[in-house]
Amino acid sequence: MKTIKHLFLSILSLSALVSCSSDDDAPKIVNEEEVITTVRLELTNAFGDIVVLQSQDLDGEGPDAPVYTMEGSILADTEYVGEIQFLNELENPAEDITLEVLEEALDHQVFYIYTTNNAGSTVTYTDLDSDGNPIGVATTFNSGAVSTGNTLVVQLIHEPNKTGSGVSDGDVTNANGAIDANVTFTYDVN
Amino acid sequence: MKPIIIGLVMAISCFSYSQNCNYTFLGELKDFHDGTPIESATIYIKESDTYLISDFDGKFKIENLCAGTLTLTISHANCETKTVSFEINSDTFKTILIEHHIEELMEVSVIAHVDKKETKTAQETVLKEHTLKKYSALSIGDALKEVAGVSSINTGSSIVKPMINGMHSSRLIMLNNNVRLQDQDWGIEHAPNIDVNAASQISVIKGAGALAYGGDAIGGVVVVNPDRVFLKDTLFGKTTLSGQSNGRGYSANTKLNKYTKKGWFASVQGSLKQNGDFETPDYVLTNTGSNSKGFTFRGGKQNFESGFEVFYSYLNNEIGILKASHIGNIEDLVSAINSLEPLVIEDFSYDINAPKQDVTHQLAKAMYYKRFNNFGKVNLQYDYQNNQRLEYDIRVGDDRDKAALDLKLQTHTLSSDIVLDALSDYKLKFGIMGRYQNNFANPDTGVRRLIPDYDKFDFGIYATTEHSLNSKMTLDFGLRYDFNRIDAKKFYFTSRWEERGYDEDFSDLIIDDLGTQLLVNPVFDYHNFSTSAGFNYQLNEHHSFIGNYSLSSRPPNPSELFSDGLHHSAARIELGDLRLTKETSNRVSASYIYNSKQFNLTTEAFYNHINDYMYIEPTGIEQTIRGAFPVWQYLQTNAELYGIDLSVNYTINEHFNFSNKTSYTVGNDIENDRSLINIPAFNTRNSITYTNDWKQFSASLTSDWTFEQTKYPDNNFETYIASTNETVLVDISTPPSAYQLLNFYSEVTLETSDKTNLNIALSVNNLLDTNYRAYLNRLRYFADDMGRNIMLQLQYNY
Repeated sequence: MKTIKHLFLSILSLSALVSCSSDDDAPKIVNEEEVITTVRLELTNAFGDIVVLQSQDLDGEGPDAPVYTMEGSILADTEYVGEIQFLNELENPAEDITLEVLEEALDHQVFYIYTTNNAGSTVTYTDLDSDGNPIGVATTFNSGAVSTGNTLVVQLIHEPNKTGSGVSDGDVTNANGAIDANVTFTYDVN
Repeated sequence: MKPIIIGLVMAISCFSYSQNCNYTFLGELKDFHDGTPIESATIYIKESDTYLISDFDGKFKIENLCAGTLTLTISHANCETKTVSFEINSDTFKTILIEHHIEELMEVSVIAHVDKKETKTAQETVLKEHTLKKYSALSIGDALKEVAGVSSINTGSSIVKPMINGMHSSRLIMLNNNVRLQDQDWGIEHAPNIDVNAASQISVIKGAGALAYGGDAIGGVVVVNPDRVFLKDTLFGKTTLSGQSNGRGYSANTKLNKYTKKGWFASVQGSLKQNGDFETPDYVLTNTGSNSKGFTFRGGKQNFESGFEVFYSYLNNEIGILKASHIGNIEDLVSAINSLEPLVIEDFSYDINAPKQDVTHQLAKAMYYKRFNNFGKVNLQYDYQNNQRLEYDIRVGDDRDKAALDLKLQTHTLSSDIVLDALSDYKLKFGIMGRYQNNFANPDTGVRRLIPDYDKFDFGIYATTEHSLNSKMTLDFGLRYDFNRIDAKKFYFTSRWEERGYDEDFSDLIIDDLGTQLLVNPVFDYHNFSTSAGFNYQLNEHHSFIGNYSLSSRPPNPSELFSDGLHHSAARIELGDLRLTKETSNRVSASYIYNSKQFNLTTEAFYNHINDYMYIEPTGIEQTIRGAFPVWQYLQTNAELYGIDLSVNYTINEHFNFSNKTSYTVGNDIENDRSLINIPAFNTRNSITYTNDWKQFSASLTSDWTFEQTKYPDNNFETYIASTNETVLVDISTPPSAYQLLNFYSEVTLETSDKTNLNIALSVNNLLDTNYRAYLNRLRYFADDMGRNIMLQLQYNY
């Protein structure tokens, strides 16, 4: 009998334990803090014409693919001042991750890689970190000849080997590090 | 107490006179396994029909013996009864070894008439302190590999998850001092939180035969037990110090036990381990240092009639993860696979930086038992576990020092069992268990939760029975029912919810719509029945056969249900599935055991058929701003695993001993007609040991040969690399080549006084500094495994 009583008591106390656990409080939503949802390259020429190339993925790691948009048109043989921006638009207001990149400039570098039909286009770094190596947030962009279907790959690399061979000239081959953003812009030169 | 009195009375009445009856027989009883003296054993002298009791040193004396045959039947609470006979024609001294089952999975080994092993018919292997001490500076997963058929799945060298017959994680039950470990065991990179130094012995039970521990141990059960308590006024302990060349690691462990004759006992144990970056033969494995702190306390009172125990254990592990394994996207993974060396190699350091894990596991238990006359024994146990897991990733800005994963898992368990053992050839055990578990994922990490907040309720009830038909044949049978309910609150991206088709099947689960994310409240119930039946047939002293069938099922774990997001170290998006059902295993096993003085052989074969086997495989590619990632999704299929494990021990002569452990496992996905992933390759370990009575010297050389795994699923995929404008094949499937490692181990024991000794052990692992990569190491894409490691260990026993 005693045994049964023991068992009974144990079950009773367990159910008490279970029933007093509260499960009413809803968990707090987490809006990813470091995710880059948007890469925006803004190009401005001497006449004040602005071209914006943007890749935006508003569900971060979600299933939706990034959406590419282009505003304005790129003129042939024109020099543009390039300014890249990395945003987290999951947060409200959107967080400008470019500021963190600049803050930790020694640990970051943006690479611009032409893959097809580059029509003589060039990108030149115009900013430097405290070691005198380029960061790649500010650039000068030369559009080259009239052409269609040009692709420009923009990569933000965390902890690259900035002293690797060719890295300061924008060659990604020896940069290593971890890729934080990797987008492809397609454009025509008119 | 009573048997001793009876024994003494009997002993006093032992008078028998005849011619030349003045010989003395001095006997000493020792444990067959570890040579410890067996006290309080009953010795029945057939010729005089009298009884004796062995003393604290296992000794007994029979005086006034006549010349002729002396037949003794020795019985002890936890031993097989043994009958021996001697020809007496002078004063005689004999050491008698008896099979004392201290591996018995009982908290209280002083209680009589209990079973010797948890199940008579499961494939069970026991590792004792003598073996475990070699692994003082390593992990429990390393120690378990002493058992044929046990391997491990690793993340580097410090995160070692045991694998039994090709199964790991949620398919294994780990028990620490009779508490089922609840430490987020679903992840491959989550090593079990048990300090090998706190264990006195470990049993490995293959398959789900041990139903008392759970009905979902499709792979097996690992039972870790602390020191056995005996009734004696004594204080003893040991201190172990060790140092190793690879990783420049050092560790210290100390344990102190105090027992009394009245049954009171207390023991404390503490350990510290630290190592820096490990090294392969060619380079430093940057950021592979680790730091571990463990403490246990155990105390209580154990008597025949009743007893109680309180137990507390604390373990903190801070483990660095190879820096080169932190990758951003698939392009990085391709570069890592193609590079012969890791992409980050820095100078040796003890620093542990991100990526790293910092896991603290605390366990508290209180247990009480009482024995009732002519009925049996009742146990009642409550335990609480708190598992705090922090994982740090390489982050930027303000988040740099913030954990990317912060999970707190708390578990309360109340369990009770009744053992009815009043009948000597028939035993019945009933048990009941209730458990409540809460997981809290801290949102302050700023990273979407990998595992959601949930409450989990488990209830289990079982009965097992054991019946000895005769001295040769034992049968056992068990039945168990488990109920599990998981009640989770999880955020999904609305896009993911729809992409999974959950909006059609699970729309009633939504409790809040926050625009881009949905809060849902899945509540799932699972009912599981499990059963086990087997026989153990002892043909004669040499040959025995064991057969077992078990049915078990396992509900999906939180990771299989809810995973949803990017797994950084693997560069893949992992997706759980709310539609997963339980998996059900039918396992048959057969063992043949041959024992003789010179030669021992254990052959264990098994076939395990698993319906709705849960596994993860790549199903497509998704684009993000970071680039493309393969999507790995949890799926179900019908699978089979089968294999054979062999252990051989051959005593060549009094100095040399040869042993072999071989295991071969096959895993097939029956539905898709291909191999299962992460099945251990054929492995054979041969060792030759030289022993000498001089200072108990021994030296052994072991060859550990792992073949190349040729049976694997092809999960390779193609990906477009934007920066080079090409499409490449990502080979994540091909296993690395075969490798053979030579290990050396030697030890001496110096008697420092009557009751103290110093054991000095020198070992060299990977003696030839061989370069290799193991198929079952998740970091094999990034770097080689550890090179030569010379270890010196001093153990002072007092």
